[in-house]
Parts: sequence; C-alpha cells; structure tokens
Amino acid sequence: MREEKLMELDGVSVSYFGRAGEAAAVTHVSLDIAQGEALGLVGESGCGKTTLAAAIMGHFSGTGRITRGRIVFQGRDMAGLGSAELRKIRSGGIGMVYQDAMSALNPSLTIGEQLAEVVVFQRNTSWKLARREALSILQDVQLPDPARIAAAYPHQLSGGQQQRVVIAMALIARPALLLLDEPTTALDVTIEAGIVELIASLRARHRMALLYISHNLGLIAQVCDRVAVMYAGEIIEQGPIDAVFAQPRHPYTRGLIGCIPLPHVDPAKRPLMPIQGQAIQAQDRPAGCAFGQRCAHFDHSLCGIGFIALEPADKAELHVVRCCRWRTVGDDENAAAGTERGKIRRVVDDAILSVRKLDKNYAVDGRGLWGMLLGKPVPVIRANQELSFDAFKGQTLAIVGESGCGKTTLAKVLTGLEVATAGEVRYENANIGRIPAQARTPELLRSLQMVFQNPDETLNPSFSVGTQIARAVGKLGGGTRERIALRTRELLEMTHLTPAIAARRAHQLSGGQRQRVAIARAFAGDPRIVVADEPVSALDVSVRAAITRLLMDIQQRHGTTLVLISHDLGLVRYIADRVVVMYLGRVMEQGTVEELFLAPYHPYTEALLSAVPLPDPRQRKRRIVLTGELPNPLHFAVGCPFHSRCPRKVGLVCENDQPPRQQAPGGHEISCHIPVADLLRAQGSSVWSQTPTGQN
Amino acid sequence: MTSGSVIKGKLGQVNAKASALRIVLVQVARLRESRVAMIGAGLVLFWIIVALLAPLIAPFPPNATIQPLAKPGTLASNGHIFWLGTDHLGRDVLSRIIWGARTVLVYAPIATGSAFALGIPMGLFAGYKSGWIDEILSRTSDLVLAFPTLVLYIVLIVKFGASGLNIVLAVTIASSPAIMRITRGLVIDLRTRGYIYAAQLRGESAWYVMLVEILPNARGPLIVDACLRLGYVTMTIGTLGFLGLGLPPPDADWGGMINEARQFAIVFPHIVVFPCLAVSSLVLGFNLLADGVREISLRE
Amino acid sequence: MRFNGHGTQIVFSQCTRASRTDDRNPTATLCWLRRAEVALGAMIRFIGRRVAFMLATMLVASVLLFVLFELSSADVAVSALGPYSTAEQRLLWQTQNGYDLPALARYFEWLARFVTGDWRVSRSFNAPVASVVLSHLVNTGILAFWVFVFLVPLSLLLGVLAGMREGSALDRVISTASILLASVPPFASTVLVSAIFVFGLGWLPGTSSMIDGFSWRELVMPVIVLVAYDLGYVARITRASMAEVMTTPYVRTAILKGLPRSRVIWRHALRNALITPVTVLLLHVNWLITGVIVVEFFFAYKGFGSLILQAAMSQDLFLLEACTIVTVAIAVASQTIADLAYMYLNPKIRFR
Repeated sequence: MREEKLMELDGVSVSYFGRAGEAAAVTHVSLDIAQGEALGLVGESGCGKTTLAAAIMGHFSGTGRITRGRIVFQGRDMAGLGSAELRKIRSGGIGMVYQDAMSALNPSLTIGEQLAEVVVFQRNTSWKLARREALSILQDVQLPDPARIAAAYPHQLSGGQQQRVVIAMALIARPALLLLDEPTTALDVTIEAGIVELIASLRARHRMALLYISHNLGLIAQVCDRVAVMYAGEIIEQGPIDAVFAQPRHPYTRGLIGCIPLPHVDPAKRPLMPIQGQAIQAQDRPAGCAFGQRCAHFDHSLCGIGFIALEPADKAELHVVRCCRWRTVGDDENAAAGTERGKIRRVVDDAILSVRKLDKNYAVDGRGLWGMLLGKPVPVIRANQELSFDAFKGQTLAIVGESGCGKTTLAKVLTGLEVATAGEVRYENANIGRIPAQARTPELLRSLQMVFQNPDETLNPSFSVGTQIARAVGKLGGGTRERIALRTRELLEMTHLTPAIAARRAHQLSGGQRQRVAIARAFAGDPRIVVADEPVSALDVSVRAAITRLLMDIQQRHGTTLVLISHDLGLVRYIADRVVVMYLGRVMEQGTVEELFLAPYHPYTEALLSAVPLPDPRQRKRRIVLTGELPNPLHFAVGCPFHSRCPRKVGLVCENDQPPRQQAPGGHEISCHIPVADLLRAQGSSVWSQTPTGQN
Repeated sequence: MTSGSVIKGKLGQVNAKASALRIVLVQVARLRESRVAMIGAGLVLFWIIVALLAPLIAPFPPNATIQPLAKPGTLASNGHIFWLGTDHLGRDVLSRIIWGARTVLVYAPIATGSAFALGIPMGLFAGYKSGWIDEILSRTSDLVLAFPTLVLYIVLIVKFGASGLNIVLAVTIASSPAIMRITRGLVIDLRTRGYIYAAQLRGESAWYVMLVEILPNARGPLIVDACLRLGYVTMTIGTLGFLGLGLPPPDADWGGMINEARQFAIVFPHIVVFPCLAVSSLVLGFNLLADGVREISLRE
Repeated sequence: MRFNGHGTQIVFSQCTRASRTDDRNPTATLCWLRRAEVALGAMIRFIGRRVAFMLATMLVASVLLFVLFELSSADVAVSALGPYSTAEQRLLWQTQNGYDLPALARYFEWLARFVTGDWRVSRSFNAPVASVVLSHLVNTGILAFWVFVFLVPLSLLLGVLAGMREGSALDRVISTASILLASVPPFASTVLVSAIFVFGLGWLPGTSSMIDGFSWRELVMPVIVLVAYDLGYVARITRASMAEVMTTPYVRTAILKGLPRSRVIWRHALRNALITPVTVLLLHVNWLITGVIVVEFFFAYKGFGSLILQAAMSQDLFLLEACTIVTVAIAVASQTIADLAYMYLNPKIRFR
C-alpha cells in the first residue's frame, strides 16, 4: 500500500512572463516527499531549483506562474487554496529557511519579536507566552545566551547566529516540512558544519521532512535520504543517496561528482574532470536532451530528438534517470581518466617570495568618551600578525583560512594595494611590503599581478573586454598597436576564449568567461608571481574545475609562481604544492600538501578538514564541530588565537602564551602548545578513515 | 611616414569620433524603452525647438508694445493674430513666451553644466583619495548646503546685481556641493571593485582611474540628477524673475512675466496662465525625463 | 555622521562572557552601566560635533556676510542713512559708529555686538531689528505649523498607498498627480490658486497681510500653495521608499511566515519605509524658508520670507545680516535634528 505522501509535485512547470514573453524556468518536474523524509535537490545556477522553491511556497518574486501540473501538500491541491488557507500552510505546514540570513531578517525589529509574532498569529496566544517560546526555541538551535539574542537586532549577530535564528523562525511554527534554500552557502566551512549538524539533529528530534536545496553535493550526501538532480529546469536523475552517489547514471551527475576536487583523495589517483561548455537555462533548451550539447556521448539520432522520459535504473524503481544511453555510458569515463594529466609536482628549492614577520594593522574608531579623555590608544584590528612563509619558484602556494583570517589583507599587501605595518616581503632583494602599488616600478608591477574573487566586479562594465586586456598589455608591456593586438589574441587563446569575445562587454559573458578574461588580463605582462584571491569560489561547480585546470596549465607552461587564496580544501589539495593555514591573522600550520593533509594536524586544520562535506556517503570521517563564534577581531588575543574554540585546548597556557612553532619532519610547521608527537598519537593517520577502495 | 599611414591615421581619428558619436546616439535611443522618458523627452524637445526657432516662429517682436490687454485671438493691425493675447503693456504673450523659452534654455543648461563641471571633479577627488582632502571638501560642502538656496541667491544677486552671469555663478555655487556629495557616494561605492584594483595594479594614474574607470560607471544616477536639477534650475530662474531679481527687463522671462501681470490677473487671466503653463510643462518634462532615465538604468 | 560603534560591541561580548561565568551577576549591572556610559558618551560626542559644526557654519556665514556687506564703510553709511544723505553726514556717522577703524578690528567688534544681541535698528521699519525679526518669525512659524499639519499625514499616506501596490491603478493616479504637483513652481501656483479662489470664485481675500488682526481665511491660500508643492515631492519619495521596502527579502519572509497582511505592512514594511521620508520632512524646515519667500511675497504675508526679501531689496543691511544669520541657524538646527532622528530610527546605527 502506498504511503500517503506529505507533498507531491506532479508534472509542475513554471514560467516567468516578462517583456520578452514567456521564459520557462521549470519543466514537468515530479517529486514527492514522505513524512519525515529528507530529499535533496541539487543543481547549479539557472537550473530552476529556486523557482521550484518559490512555486512550492506559492510566492514568486516578479511575474512567475505555475503553468502546468499541481502541487499537493497534506492531501490538498495548493492551487485551489484561498489566501487565509495559504497563510495557515505557511505557518505550520511548510517552513522556509533562506540563503541570506541577514537580509531575511527585518533590521528594525528585535529577534525576539520576529520569533514571537509567528506564534502569536498562528496560535492566537499572548505575547508573553510567545516570547517564552521564542527563548526556548533559541535554545533548541544551540544559541548561547538566548535572552541577549532575543533582545538584539539582526545586525548585531554574526552570520552563523543569524542563520540559526532563521532556522528557529521556521521551526517555531512546528512545520511538517522544512524547505531549505542553500542555507549555508554564505557561511564559512566550520560554521556550516555546525549548522548542518544542527539541522540533522533537529530533524531527528522533531521528525520533520526536509527539502534541502543546494549546489553542494557533499552537504546533500551528509543530510539527505534521497536526492534529485536538476538541470535546465528538469529532473534528470533521482534516487536514494547511496545509489546515486555510488552509481550515478546520468552523464551530468557523473560529471558533477567527477569535477569536485576531494580533499581526502590523492589527486594523482583521481584527476579532475571538468564538464565542457556552460549550464543553460530552461528557456534555451534544445529539442531532445538538454544536456546533450555538453555530453561526450551525445548521439543526435538517439538523444537529439523528442522528449526523453525518466526511466528506472534499478529493479526497485527507486533510482530513475532521464537519459537514452545510460546503459552504455560508464566504461568510457575510466578510459578518459587515464589520459588526463594530473599536476606534476617538482621539488624546488628556490624561494622567490619570502615573507618574514609580516604585520598589517587597520585603525578603527571607537574609543568612547572616557577613552578619548583619558588618551587611550586608538583600537586597531591586527589583520596580519607575524606571518612568515616562503613561496617557491614555479610552485603553487595556497593560503587557506576562513573569513576574518586576514588572507585578503595578505593578498593586498603582497600586490601593493596596502602597505605592511611591520615585517618584510622580500622579492628580488627588496622589501616590497613597504612599496605601495602607485610607487612600484613598471617591472615590479608586471611581475606581481592579481586575479580577483568576484567575477561580476572584476571587469569594467562600460568597456569591451578586448579593450581592457589590450590596455593591460599596453601598460604592462608596451609596444605598437599591432603588437598589442597580437598579444591580446594570444592571451584570449591561452585562456580558451574565441577572438570574437573581445568585442563583448562583461554583462554578455558568463561567470566562467569573465574569470578567464580576468586571468588573461593578469597574465598580460607575463608575470612571475600571480596572486589569485578565491578565483573560483563565486563560480558554478561545473565551471570551477575548468578554470582551476586552466590556471594549473598556464602555470605549468609559463613557470609562474601562483599564490592561491582559498577556503576550498579539495581545490587546495588538487592544485597546491605548499599550504599555509591562517586563523585570525596568524599562521597556524604550514607545509607541503602531502604533509598537511595527513596527521599530525594543527587542531584548527583538523577541524577544517573534518568540516568539508564529502560527496561520498560511504566515507567516514572524524566529526569535529567547533562551538562558539569567531572572536571579535578588536580583542587582541595574547595567547593562541584559536583557544576560544579549540577542542584540544590544554589549559590556561593556551590563553596566555603564544604557541611555539614546532617543526614536524620535513618543512612542516605547527604552531601549537601540544607537542607534535602527542598530536600524532591522538589524531591517528588522518581525519578520514580508510575506505574500502583505499583511496587515501 | 608614408601617405598611406597618414591617411590611415586620419581615418583612425574620424573613426574614433564617429564611434564616440555612435555611443552617444545609442544611449539616447535607449530612451525609447520607457514611456515616461519619451513623454518627458518630448516636452523638453518641444521647448528646445521653440527656443531655437524663436526668430522664425514668433509672430511679433517680444518687446514691441502694440495693443494693450488684447484678448487671445484678437486680430492685430498688421494682419497677424495675438494667439495668446497681449499683456498690460501691449506686448504679445505668445512671442514673449517663445523668446522666454530661449532665455531659460540658455541659462538653465549652462548653470547646471557648470555646477556639474565643478561638482563632479570635487566628488571624484573626495571619494577616491579620502583622507583630509575628503574631510575638507565634505565639510565645505556641508557648510554651503546648510544655506537655504534661495537666500543664498538673493544675497548674492542683491550684492552683485542681476545678470545672466551672476545667476549662473549663484546656481553653480549653490548646486555643486550636492553634486559633489552624490558623486562622492558613487565613487566610494565603486572604488572597491575588482577592475579598480586591477587598474591600480597596472600603475594607472589616479586621474585615469577616476575619469576612465569610475566615472562612466557612475553615469546613471548622475544623469538622473542632471535632469532633475535642470528642472530645479528652471524653477529657480523663474522664481528669481518673479521676485524681480531675474534678468533685467525688458527681456522676456517667464517668471517676470507672471510677476508683472499679477494685478491684472482679475480680468485678464491669459497674461499669467500661459506663462504658468509654459514653465510647468518644461519642469514636468525634466521631471519625467529623470524618472524615465532612472527606470531604464534600474532595469539594466 | 558616524556613531561610535565598536565600543558598544566590545562591551556586549565582554558582558556575555561575564554573565556566562558568573551566576550572581553583579557584573551584569556593571555591564549595563558601562554599556549605557559608552552609548551616552557616543551620543554626547555626536551632539558635540554637530554643535561645533553649527558654530563653525555660523562663523563662516558671518565672515561672508561681513565681507559682502560691511567691508565697505561707505556702503554701510549709505544703508544706514539712506541714499539721499550727503557725504558729510555719512562721514560723521561713520566716525560716530566706529567705522573708521581697520576692517579686522571692525569684524570682531561687529561679531561681538551680534553675539550679544545688539542688532541695531532697521532703516526700513524704523524699529529695532530684533523685534522686527521676531515678530515676522512668529508669523512664518504659524504658517509653517499649518503647512506641516496637512502636509505630513497627507503626503505619507498617499506615498504609502501608492508604494504598497506598485503599478496598480491607485499608484498610477497618485504618481501622476504627485509629479504634476511637483512640477508647478510655487510662483506659478500662487498666481493660479489666487486666480481661481479670489477672482474666479471670490471665496477668499486677495492678500494675507492680516491688517485687521488674525484671520483664518487669509491663511488658506498660502497653506494650499505650500502644501501642494511639497506634497508632490514628499509623496514621491515616500512611494519610492515604500515600493523598495515591499520587494525586500525581509518583507517576503514576513509574508512566508504566514503573517496577516496588515501585520506585514504595519509592523514590517512601514517601520523601515518611513525612515527616509521622515528625515526628509524634518529637513523640509530648511526648504520651507526658501519656498515661503515666494508665497509671502505674493500674498503680502508679513512673514520671515518676505522680510528677507524686503531687507535685500531695500538694502537694509542690519536687517539683512540678522535675517541671514537666523536663517542659517534654523537650517543647521533642522539638519542636526534630522540627523538625530535618522540615527534614532535606524537600528543599525542606534545599536551597534
């Protein structure tokens, strides 16, 4: 007998109606969620998952409308509901958790009021009772000091706290289904791990159903029972977590899993496989398979015509896939993998960039009346404290850390956008840390360039991209008009862009293309060192692998030294030679890639590695969830900056004394009070246990 | 240098000018996207054409006293019609309105233009360089903004006399702080973009970054403000004329026309109503244009 | 306009740490006191800065005024005695009133005199400047009061109704009416309103000079003109602010939480949408002085605006100086109040 499903979507299609006519966003999607079940919805930008969430909640921003199909919740068709009934479902039936917690909260009302009002208007209780319930739910989401949080305004809380509040706001109505739309995308990895764990525990306690929307396969693997993969507005694969991750049937799913760099795997044994082309929107779908033009197995006669239905891929009909050729696909992948060249690691001794005891402080105002009268010193934020490391010629040095660790400040000091407060940055026998960009010679400017994080802001929207690259070439290299044009074409080719792109403007290019242009611009003067600040974080998952590979290829061909700033440890393992781990302005650990990803770890590195969600439900890892928040940067920590959250904290010595820089075998350095031998003993060989395939 | 390359050079220059013109025309063509902008542009264009063709279309000389207090539609002795009647001194209202458009549409753009010419560089500098330059410029502009504008105008004009130049100067002094503020805000917002850092890492000079990298991307709000400000300045010129502080008579000036004729408005409303309609329609045109341009820039 | 932020934030976290470790919480009270002290200190610092700014502005204004009007002793004498005085009379007056001293000395003497309230006598009124200014200020105050009484609720209401449902028929009507009203300059609308009500319909008196004592009917037209013009402007700003707030994520959250629409609008939307319009309205005191000149001139209302004009036209120097300083004082004061109100209404700045 079929269980009564909590929610069913039956052939739902959604379109937007703008001045250009109808634009399809979701086409014939059928899903169902049982009571207490967790369904994950995976897809990249433009696949329609956010539109689907809006359709379920019945609230479109803009001019969207469900054009076909029905959504049935708790047995009732949602299309036929009046506004009063819709309101009842929204408070008590389906609760929503948003992506950007800060903007989802009203900046003018206290947290307590925003929580209590849900109860007051749902159950008609008094405000006093509602506020008490608000305090109890704040405790449920593991927020310390609920009374203070309830009296605070949203901007007074940190990102992680805000997200917990948003979850509390959805929970307080006791919904049957919790809809989470990318709830942790804006958060740091360690905070994210905490939130994900909270969601899992809450679900177990309240027996709620979840619809978890994300582009992060690892998170889905951690939280959900079943997963559906969306591409260009339709579901292309669906099934239980273990089945889909162990045996992905659709080439897109395989591609997605295959293009994510994994921190727990030796990259030589598992190269990155980028998916060619870029994701399309539902309205640009061709006839036949939407993924066809990017698929290596595309066969026009089979895949290019007519509608392709979802077929079962296993006997129990739980795992379905929308592909004509799924039976034949599979063996070719391994063959292709063999030809892919991983990173060639060289041993090099030549330090091209040496940073010694680098300090960078920012002044902040806020002394208070007494402070001013008493002449107290102006408070500073110590963004970088005593950083010391080397970058070797032709190698990739990765700087790893979460927000607030000072890595962007470091990038600015290296390139001259900021000037160091103390310490040295030695390049070619000069301390360039004290030379700002406007005082640098053209040769120096040419040798040290930067690729920026946000592809939407990295190019000037008022000029064509060709003009911008040409300007960089002219300024950094000089030469005649013909020479510049030639070099511009070279650079475009180098970054795998067609010459036709040169005439376009930034808004006509995709995120991946914009970042390629940014790379071309940085390499215009043939630099010796390139600082890349989170170059792929803002891009879609399938595009990240391509850009990462591009950077790697260019670097290996030209022998450029790459200083890569990233928070993505899988990427770091794939592309880096050496790694520096930063926390709150200090270096916690540094060493080669091989040394860093195996024990002994600094406790922070250990937490960081364990927090990375892996798209492999079978892989077990040691769960270390950090409690507490990043401390206030204005508070000058005397001892180890990590002591307030460290799960391996020894005692008062961590608070009062600077940890020593201990040397482990090799060039591996760990700044911790715990002796390396003890760490090694406590941590085993690695954060991840051996998988049956022995992929460590 | 061969003649071929000289010709190529000249062609290059012509090409550059043509493409600059094309860019401007493309921008103007985008006005079509908003109905509100089209109506506004239509009104403004109407008055611009009227002002340009003033000598050709005005039936009578604007200062010629012919036939006092004639009602609209009366026939004059020379065969032309007083379409909008005449004022208390016998001057044709229609002709004075047409010539008055010239006055307004010469001084308003010049005054606004010079306010922008002063305000934009100040704002760029204050926003980009920060530090004490920013402090000084901001404090000074706060100071000037604290003066109610009309009082400022009155004081300046009373002291230095009423003339076109003085009006332009007064408007420039009074308006450039506000423009500086707007520009400064835009620059502060834009200066942390990646392409600005990229320009700095190329060794571009500060002026290059301000004028070439930042300013073109700040044009949306500035254009909207320019349209609005043209409206305000039109009103200010009218107000000054109304108060008797405008351009010296007998130049046709809409505000002055209204003021001179107010005691006759009892029996001869036509003398005041038409100039009121004229000035309101021009200001409306500028306001609608501003709204439309804002709509368009928000949509992109 | 920067509020001391980090002080409060530090104190917050210190308090949390203390209250977590200490059950009895004497530290909590201390924390509260310290928090209040820091916030108060910041507030005092801010007000102090604004007062200093106000004084600086007035000082600069005084210098400008002095340079414009008092620098040339001859001109002052002409102004004091009238254009028909003889050269000897003027020279005599100059020595009598200390105008034969060098400019810098005269400036400080003039400043001292001003600050102590000795504003001399107005030639055109033949009365002490101070009393003339005061009486006219009161009149304008009455006018301004009634303008605000009608303007504030009307413009806010129309703006909110328009912005609440952007694109609806009501919105379009209100928007069109607003932009039309805002396009008719006050000098034009005074004449038109007057033509309709006085001459066309004969309902209202032609001037508002209040010769026979205070009269309500004489106040009607000036108020109508001022309200009409401002209404357009403020309603548009309110509408824009409301429309923007209605599309924010937090309003969407409120709707998706299942709250009734009345609560969403009243508690969530309005609270944020009205911050800008209220600030603008407070700044309008400044504009009112400007706009009121035209209206008072036309209706012969004995208010502060027409006083400024009269002083300027008749070159009554002492009166003009006093008027300008008072104007600047009012302007800066209203700016400060508007800034304070904005800080109070915006929790991001008020609680850091």
